[in-house]
Amino acid sequence: MSTALHLAPARARAKYQDNPATRESTGVRFTLLALGLGFFGLFLLLPLVAVFTEALRKGWELYFSSLADADTVSAIKLTLIAAIVAVPLNLVFGVSAAWLIAKHEFRGKQILITLIDLPFSVSPVVAGLMYVLIFGANGWFGPWLQAHDVKIIFAVPGIVLATVFVTFPFVARELIPLMQAQGKDEEEAATVLGASGWQTFRRVTLPNIKWGLLYGVILCNARAMGEFGAVSVVSGHIRGLTNTLPLQVEILYNEYQFAAAFAVASLLALLALVTLVIKQFIEWRASQSKEE
Amino acid sequence: MTAPATTAPTADLAPVRANRRASSFKRRRVLPGFAPTLGFTLFYLSLIVLIPLAAVFIKSSGHGFEAFWAAATSPRVIASYKLSFGASLIAAFINLFFGLILAWCIVRYEFPGKKLVDALIDLPFALPTAVAGIALTALYAPNGWVGSLFAPGGALSALFGEAGLKIAFTPLGVLLALIFIGLPFIVRTVQPVLEDMETELEEAAASLGAQRWTTFRYVVLPTLTPALLTGFALAFARAVGEYGSVIFIAGNIPMVSEITPLMIISKLEQYDYVGATAIAAVMLIFSFVLLLIINGLQAWASQRGARK
Repeated sequence: MSTALHLAPARARAKYQDNPATRESTGVRFTLLALGLGFFGLFLLLPLVAVFTEALRKGWELYFSSLADADTVSAIKLTLIAAIVAVPLNLVFGVSAAWLIAKHEFRGKQILITLIDLPFSVSPVVAGLMYVLIFGANGWFGPWLQAHDVKIIFAVPGIVLATVFVTFPFVARELIPLMQAQGKDEEEAATVLGASGWQTFRRVTLPNIKWGLLYGVILCNARAMGEFGAVSVVSGHIRGLTNTLPLQVEILYNEYQFAAAFAVASLLALLALVTLVIKQFIEWRASQSKEE
Repeated sequence: MTAPATTAPTADLAPVRANRRASSFKRRRVLPGFAPTLGFTLFYLSLIVLIPLAAVFIKSSGHGFEAFWAAATSPRVIASYKLSFGASLIAAFINLFFGLILAWCIVRYEFPGKKLVDALIDLPFALPTAVAGIALTALYAPNGWVGSLFAPGGALSALFGEAGLKIAFTPLGVLLALIFIGLPFIVRTVQPVLEDMETELEEAAASLGAQRWTTFRYVVLPTLTPALLTGFALAFARAVGEYGSVIFIAGNIPMVSEITPLMIISKLEQYDYVGATAIAAVMLIFSFVLLLIINGLQAWASQRGARK
């Protein structure tokens, strides 16, 4: 999968540019660099710069007052709640699924792996719709829920459910290939020597997978806090009650409060940058422990 | 006549198979936790993913085929399919080209800021889609940094006649947003293959007198093909379902710049559950087919790797 952790390669210069067989002419090299970096600048760097520039366009005072707004603060709280429920649930699932798939042989394993990947290929809007069809007023459990005065759609539980769905594969997806590559010899040795299942996992498996696990968790968290489409369908956009940060960005933007919208967006952009920094750190640590 | 010939080897293999099954059974029992992890994994998968997905199909079949077909093929919805699938295909092709160049630059060349570029490639994975959406709109709107260059009177507007070129709030804006979210899929599937590629093959080609382009075309490119196709399919699948980064820049003009996920939302807002469910079912069937293709491509890619 494209999100997989990968370790830094040897320096490109010695390997490719000092070797006449793998070297391009200076003109070709500069053209490729110009095309690649131009595209990178236009499509990745510029939007990122735009978020922070637009956020600070009207000055720091408005920036901080937009963030301190009561609706924004409650959106921050709801975003944290969704992540705090979704990430641990999918963490437990990811570890369980990876232990099952990497350490045991059984039929239908490939189908199971494909099913775990499913939420990645379902449109977030369809994901939200599924829960409306089940728990909404016209849904399967709609009448029963109404009779018992339980609200799931247009309320916090629906937002949490939609978040759990879209972040479902992240930890599993990271751990399955990692644990498959590590094999099961170490665990079998520990078990034969009398360790219990839990001891084997905690003392043998966990130290081997900790960086991959952490990486899966931060990706899962970034998506949980940033999900827009699925949450938008089930939220109902009730200010101060069912708005997460991305939905708050949308509301402010549609009300032409651009500076405030970008101020809230800059919080989410910072979250993305922190995620990428942690990813770099993890890749650096993982490559170090590989060299040892 | 052929029957004995075909049954005989099977009969011979039977004890071997039984033996293998017994040994795999024994191996399975060494490590604990099979039953509880299997139970929990299947339970959680069914609860969160399988049952809700089934709900879409059960609900969409509940109103009869006529109603389903009418809702899934109304002119406005057809126009949205054309935009969503068309723009996603074009975006994936553009990313195929620039993604390969970027992966090549990162793996093969040294340049200042390379670490930063490598790290920021993942930005579209990490940046919430709504943030990307409003940032791209601010850039490409007629009064934005880039949009104003193409608006009437802008530095580059002369290239497109008097009216200039409108980017945001047109299908072109949709395309830009889909390019943004698809780029890392190509780079991150091609990059590891390029890093693992031994230089010996290129050296052999060069020593046999091949020009650099010939070597790339006949030696490097075939090795990268499975990864390129996988990245292309992943970017395409993601783009078709994308919502957050597109709706701000699309302008959402009926028949012109409405994407399919937006049609589901607008049906829902009109309490047209039959319509919303029918479009969702079409999208799901499409994603399942694409997922099968991606799995096939990945199997092909790993087989290739193994043979090498």
